[in-house]
Amino acid sequence: MSQLLTIEGLRITLPEGGDRDHAVEAINFDVARNEIVCLVGESGSGKSMIAHAILGLLSPRVKTTGGYIGFGGQDLLTLSRREMQSLRGGRISMIFQEPLSALNPLKKVGRQVAEAIRAHDATLDRAGVDARVVDLFSQVGLPDPERLKGAYPFQLSGGQRQRVMIAMALSNNPDLLIADEPTTALDVTTQRQILDLILKLRDERGMGVLFITHDIGVVADIADRMLVLRRGRMLEYGPADQVLLAPEHDYTRMLLDAVPGRGSVLHKAAGGAPMLEISALRKEFRTRSGPFAKPRVVVAADGIDLKLHQGETLAIVGESGSGKSTLARMVLRLVEADSGAVRMGAQNILGAGRAELREFRRRAQIIFQDPYSSLDPRMTVGESILRGPISFGMPRAQAAAEARDWLVRVGLDAQAFDRFPHEFSGGQRQRVCIARALALNPTLLIADEAVSALDVSVQAQVLQLLSDLKAEFGLSMLFITHDLRVAREIADRIVVMQHGRVVEQNEAAALFAAPQEEYTRTLLDAVPGRAFFARSAALSAAPQRKAMQ
Amino acid sequence: MRKLLTSALGIVLTIFAIATINFMLVRAAPGDPAAVMAGEAGATDEAFLAQIRAEYGLDQPHLTQLGTYLGKVATLDLGYSVRQGESVATLVMERLGPTLLLTLSAFGISLLGGTLFGAIAGKRQGTWTDLAISMVALLLFATPVFWLGLMLVLVLSVKMGMLPAFGYADIRAASYGGFEYSLSVLRHLILPALTLSAIQMAVYTRLMRASLIEVAQEDYVKTARAKGLGEGQILRGQMLRNAAIPVVTFAGLQVGTMIGGAVVVETVFSWPGLGRLTFDAVTSRDYPVLLGLFLVMSILVIAVNLLTDLLHRLIDPRVGVH
Amino acid sequence: MKNVLSTFLRRPAGIVGLTLLGLIVAMALLAPVLFPVSPWDMSARPFVPPGQDGLLLGSDTMGRDIASGVWHGASVSLIIGIASALTSLVIGVTLGCVAGYFGGWFDLIVVRITEVFQTIPNFVMAIVVVAILSPSMGTIIFAIGVVSWPSIARLTRAQVRTVASREFVAAARCQGQITLSIVMHHILPNAFTPIIVAGSFSVAAAILIEASLSFMGLGDPNHMSWGYMIGAGRTVIRQAWWMSVFPGIAILVTVVAINLVGEALNDALNPRISRQ
Repeated sequence: MSQLLTIEGLRITLPEGGDRDHAVEAINFDVARNEIVCLVGESGSGKSMIAHAILGLLSPRVKTTGGYIGFGGQDLLTLSRREMQSLRGGRISMIFQEPLSALNPLKKVGRQVAEAIRAHDATLDRAGVDARVVDLFSQVGLPDPERLKGAYPFQLSGGQRQRVMIAMALSNNPDLLIADEPTTALDVTTQRQILDLILKLRDERGMGVLFITHDIGVVADIADRMLVLRRGRMLEYGPADQVLLAPEHDYTRMLLDAVPGRGSVLHKAAGGAPMLEISALRKEFRTRSGPFAKPRVVVAADGIDLKLHQGETLAIVGESGSGKSTLARMVLRLVEADSGAVRMGAQNILGAGRAELREFRRRAQIIFQDPYSSLDPRMTVGESILRGPISFGMPRAQAAAEARDWLVRVGLDAQAFDRFPHEFSGGQRQRVCIARALALNPTLLIADEAVSALDVSVQAQVLQLLSDLKAEFGLSMLFITHDLRVAREIADRIVVMQHGRVVEQNEAAALFAAPQEEYTRTLLDAVPGRAFFARSAALSAAPQRKAMQ
Repeated sequence: MRKLLTSALGIVLTIFAIATINFMLVRAAPGDPAAVMAGEAGATDEAFLAQIRAEYGLDQPHLTQLGTYLGKVATLDLGYSVRQGESVATLVMERLGPTLLLTLSAFGISLLGGTLFGAIAGKRQGTWTDLAISMVALLLFATPVFWLGLMLVLVLSVKMGMLPAFGYADIRAASYGGFEYSLSVLRHLILPALTLSAIQMAVYTRLMRASLIEVAQEDYVKTARAKGLGEGQILRGQMLRNAAIPVVTFAGLQVGTMIGGAVVVETVFSWPGLGRLTFDAVTSRDYPVLLGLFLVMSILVIAVNLLTDLLHRLIDPRVGVH
Repeated sequence: MKNVLSTFLRRPAGIVGLTLLGLIVAMALLAPVLFPVSPWDMSARPFVPPGQDGLLLGSDTMGRDIASGVWHGASVSLIIGIASALTSLVIGVTLGCVAGYFGGWFDLIVVRITEVFQTIPNFVMAIVVVAILSPSMGTIIFAIGVVSWPSIARLTRAQVRTVASREFVAAARCQGQITLSIVMHHILPNAFTPIIVAGSFSVAAAILIEASLSFMGLGDPNHMSWGYMIGAGRTVIRQAWWMSVFPGIAILVTVVAINLVGEALNDALNPRISRQ
């Protein structure tokens, strides 16, 4: 097979004082025409560095200190600046994770693509460039290319921006496309569209694609070959089917096992009385730019009715803008609803006075998405935990002792008490947040995307911890997530939301087996790796059945 | 149209708010407000004080007084200077031209120079060029503007005799033709404009430098590199405009400081503008003139601010859209 | 805290700034010892150039010792700079904090007032206030404080709003902590860094405004100040450069020192830098 890109013995050195000397070491792989190679790894694995090294885009503090990057018979590490410049966006192009920040906010998107064309083809006249931009825009499936090329990035949706980035990358018919987590910042249905687009373009053009991702589901969907990275080292490399179905390395197996939502769906029937009842909840956000300007209205909640039963985990699933996080905040009155009711027992929380609200919040605790902003950086984690019980009158010494207990219970050390948040990893911080919530002995736990910012292996551990604690203390849980896989992993019942409305709600098993609404089906179909995991589940079930016979 | 109406209303309200502050300042003065309005030393004439009391309704409730005062402001009646024997509005109008000339040219010079030097320093971060520019900016930023003016006079005018130190134009030049006269004004403008712009330039240089360094980290700069643009193209085509946004925003906030600077600069260079008039009014404790100047200079700030708004809109397509 | 201090002392700006500031403070403290005679008293012939007649920096048009004026002027500049910065900090932080955390009509009023102040030329307003109230240390401090608080208030409000929107504050509310405790323990400590830095820069700005006021003849007539000396020497600059040059250098050095300290403080209080 004719190799397009060959990497041998690549080593990238980090500046002194980091957690390790080399970002990556001894990396060998290649990419052929008409092939998608995925680099998979968790954060800190060095996967992005490799992608940046190929085009010489590493930050000046990080240096390639060894190895060979072969492309078109040349070692890219020895190219002059000018030669590298003509290669970039020419024969090799690249797209990035966050399409909003990757586009210049001050320039029309059409012009930004035109710049890429002109940089490599000075002979083309204005009309020629324009025609090519329009052609590229229609190739990447942008609606109404003539109009869109005059738009600024802030006027486009996330998916449209990434399509613009892809059009820019394709503008000089590259042989190799490097895609650095191109779908991570996108909603799941948009992600599916972009992945399909990349597959389609690969087939039409016979490009090689080097695709960097942390999501093994995405790998399963698109990779021809794959490379597993951990802390800068290659663990496994080979055809995707082979690696995924018969992983040789424990870490790869762990990554696969950690993907949520593959096992059997929880079958706990909704028992007991409803402990939380939300009815006809409504919220509009109005922003006005001036006293005479027309207000912009976003409906975050459009008559939501929900019941959470005693001891149940209810997952609320939706894409960005569905109103799911606002819902969580309205329950705790961190955001005030316009109308409707939130009842716990006989009490309507929305009408509660100050003291009642305080007591309700003690019983209903929340864990937030971002483990970096949900702990006060200037306070020891112990102090953060004990301030809750103390404000409800517990003596300090007792609160401190209990806080230490809680830290141990959530899998940390009692010594963690005196340390500051920045000394912990994301997963550890999230454990601290869980300890802080549980220290008040709540009966209801609201988890607002509580595992979304975590690496998949850490995510699995935190989910496990949550369900253990929930069982131990008989909690009920409202679990907000964008990820159907996570919902499937933890929820008894699932509510699907879109545009501030409940689209569908059902027992988890029933919802996955027979979705009733079109939108739910779209969401389910968009889950990355769905086909693969279904297949592998069937494969692993088959021998067992044989054995039983 | 709606937007235009909103901003026009905002401006009118702001002007009335400033006029109200003005009104309160007079009341805050120890003693008889009528005496303050008449001018402390000039008018002990009891008949005149009585006339002022009647005119401003000083025996009326405060709210009525405020209404009377705002009504006068709305009809451009800014009071009367006994010392100068002239209405304040007339005095101010006479001096407005030179001040506009000085502040607008200083504004332009400082913005252009600041973005230029800041861009050079930011692009060559850590080099000797950067260090030199940053040091000069740090020093200028700490220099009292009137002292800088005096030092420029001392070096460029007294020692080297290159430029005229004081005044608006040669007295003889007034009798020459229009071109000769303009040239003379221009020669007289150089030193005050340089003085006034130098300090602002230091501020913008520091800001532009920091902003450019920050912009260099942005993803879209990486995108530009990834699509094969050269470093020069990236600087001109992607970075400069983005980096200039905070500078323009800040320039809007600095207009007031600059007009304040113009007061001392005009004093140093005997530039016959509003600033010089302020100095004279301070020296003679001519309160009606002082209060009128305060209002007019605030309006001047609003006017120059509109200019920066316009500049902002030109640079950033996101402004004004939601 | 240890990090902050060591980062501060590792910055050349911090060391140079602190040293210069120390010198200025020493000047202010030693002035009554070194120059026991009032700086307003005539102590030599007028127009003595520096170094002659035993006068280090020469004498002015009235025969007053310039060195004595420069030394005595230090305390005036420092006191006015610090006192008016404190005045504006107290007003600005209180209003900005309440407006930022509680929002509502109070916030609306504070925002409108700061917007109006943004269009007012600070220095001109200071002139009007001092002229009307008649110049003294107290009125000068008051005037500078009154014209500088809005920018501190804006900054505080923005900071408080940013911090208040972070999730640990929502968590603290859910923990049942009372508002005062949330503001004092969570919001202010996290919002304070840029406010402290802005406060140190506003000391420098206040010194410059005071100098300009004195230059315009609006200084406290009982205290010798650098701005006054420059204003007095202005008209004779052709004959006697030293009368304006030395007090100007004194202002320049003081303001540079404070700005350097502010910059080093900014780096030191920035956890991204100090934890490296």
